[in-house]
Amino acid sequence: MKNLVIDTGILKKMYYYLVKIRRFEEKIIELYPQQEMRCPVHLYIGQEAIAVGFCANLKKEDYVFSNHRNHGHLIAKGVDLKPMFAELYGKITGCSKGKGGSMHMVFPERSIMGTSSIVGGGIPIAVGTALASKMNRDERVVVVFFGDGAVDEGVFYESLNFASLKKLPIVFVCENNFYATNSPQENRQVNPDIYKIADFFLMPGVCVDGNDVLEIYKIAKEFIDRAKHGSGPSLIEARTYRWKTHVGPETDIEKGFRDEKEVAEWVNKCPLKKFEEHVLRNNLLEKKDLQEVGKKIEKEVQEALDFALTSRYPEEEDLYKDVY
Amino acid sequence: MSWDRVPVDLSGIRVLTQKDEFKGERVISYREAIREALSSALGRDTRVFIFGEGVDDPGGVFGTTLNLHKEFGQERVFDTPICENALTGIAIGASLAGLRPILVQMRTDFMLLSMDQLMNHAAKWKYMFGGKVSVPMVVRTIIGGGWGSAAQHSQPLQGLFTHIPGLKVVMPSTAYDAKGLLLSSIHNESPVVFVEHRWLYDHKDIVPPEPYFIPLGKGSLRREGKDLTLIADSFMVILAMAAARVLEKEGIDIELIDLRTIKPLDYDLILNSVKKTGRAVILDFGYKFCGISSEVSSFLMENAFEHLETSVLRVALPDVPTPASPILEKAYYSGEEQIITEVKRVLK
Ligand SMILES: Cc1ncc(C[n+]2csc(CCOP(=O)(O)OP(=O)(O)O)c2C)c(N)n1
Ligand SMILES: [Mg+2]
Repeated sequence: MKNLVIDTGILKKMYYYLVKIRRFEEKIIELYPQQEMRCPVHLYIGQEAIAVGFCANLKKEDYVFSNHRNHGHLIAKGVDLKPMFAELYGKITGCSKGKGGSMHMVFPERSIMGTSSIVGGGIPIAVGTALASKMNRDERVVVVFFGDGAVDEGVFYESLNFASLKKLPIVFVCENNFYATNSPQENRQVNPDIYKIADFFLMPGVCVDGNDVLEIYKIAKEFIDRAKHGSGPSLIEARTYRWKTHVGPETDIEKGFRDEKEVAEWVNKCPLKKFEEHVLRNNLLEKKDLQEVGKKIEKEVQEALDFALTSRYPEEEDLYKDVY
Repeated sequence: MSWDRVPVDLSGIRVLTQKDEFKGERVISYREAIREALSSALGRDTRVFIFGEGVDDPGGVFGTTLNLHKEFGQERVFDTPICENALTGIAIGASLAGLRPILVQMRTDFMLLSMDQLMNHAAKWKYMFGGKVSVPMVVRTIIGGGWGSAAQHSQPLQGLFTHIPGLKVVMPSTAYDAKGLLLSSIHNESPVVFVEHRWLYDHKDIVPPEPYFIPLGKGSLRREGKDLTLIADSFMVILAMAAARVLEKEGIDIELIDLRTIKPLDYDLILNSVKKTGRAVILDFGYKFCGISSEVSSFLMENAFEHLETSVLRVALPDVPTPASPILEKAYYSGEEQIITEVKRVLK
């Protein structure tokens, strides 16, 4: 797998999604202070490579589950930005009709069956869809993304055990950004090596550089294929870093929550920059390929934003709809 | 006697609008009726599966799942690890992927470990996503103490579930209802908590062998009377029947409503009856504090005040944990005597 050559089409596609996530989040940073997106936003900037590397190996029918920091996973899975932006603005045209906000989005047409903002909450649900895949014998693989914080929760271990016991087609992807809100990992976890938890549950556990989309792509391919072929689950720990503050558009530096040097070191390991340097240095893509992607996305983000801004709000009576 | 069955047209299953439509005389127990509903659902619908701690063991959850794994295979009826929260999430996920999971939680106390998945997830999953997805799943659970089961093995927690928008809560009191309500719960698009009562498992009733639905959210008029309405759920219906027979001998004519579903409540049935009798006593096999009895009582205050001759009273469980000693247990649970006492207080 290490020597796998990734074809140009996939490289371009991955770059497209890396940039698309980045621009979407940057647009939020730009407009959030207007206070028209009235919901908490957890930005994915700095972590883009993980969502992109995994989702590039998935089909439309494969399920993806996510958490409060969901924008990147959804965009990488190919959802339409319009209902996403509209949801942030609380509009009826939002993917959840304005009832979910940033943290609770759904795109059944892309096999995103809903994201949970309860830490660890999406994990057993993902396992349930994997159980259904196995029972239906339909070869749909499940990828569930969660943070290092979810590893503090009991339901994570319950879910790993069940998935391994039943050999389910699921890949557990822990995005270890070393913090859960402002609590560093060492305040919360006795063993820093999350991937080693897999050992006890008799599944493969791998640690990967979470800022290297090409490495992630290869690892993802290996374990998604493994799951698809009936060999059961795996746990991938992708180490990365959140550039912005836990929730909202600011950074932790101005808030005094984190060390400026630590942040700068990680910003220097930017997953987009890493990718660009690699593909240009090795002549895999040309500079103009990269520039074209940027322009295309600019337009898509603007259109999505316009759509959201010109959409209607829900009616008051919508409050009572869809409880049952 | 009116059984107030409203037909539901689903999957071509015949619906019995009146109990009298069934000409046979087959009598089976509540536990057998539940097993029969499960067997029928597994047989007709390949999306249905049953899982939970001990569902394939020799006890078969008080006999309700006995040997179903042999009949339908280990893949569709299976034992699980003891991880209630994950199991509930797994049921949600499986239902999102098109299956119809039935999760069995032997005692309601154990469900407390799954409140995150039940209340934060299952209950919200449709609303939070603007109705684009839903989670048709059933959690079967069992209440009712005795034999010193005590504080952690006999809590009647169904009131807690009714507190959460998005969950339906069903509490059958007869074998006939248990079968029809369980089938409706399985075919429902919402998460349903199906609350069985241990003391009812041996109660027998005429039950048609074919599948049928009883609609959720519809109560049943068990007895018609003019003096006072008893509004009861689950085992309290049995006690209410007994009390009504005693009171009849004293010339007191009781009307009895079996709620059958405690969320959503059948407000029309309650209102129409109380309009007629002007008096009500509510009997709930749950906590009196912030429970079904408080809910029905305030509903009557808000909607039937002008029809009430006197204040509404309640018989429900006291605000203490369930004790073990038989003497304390006896004091904890109400019997028909308490019902008779409260009825007489209202009629005074
Ligand atoms: C059960 C639960 N407890 C606490 C919270 C509050 N909370 C929201 S996000 C978060 C930290 C999550 O950290 P992590 O899983 O590492 O994800 P990250 O934010 O770093 O991406 C916490 C504690 C919550 N949402 N759910
Ligand atoms: Mg984290």
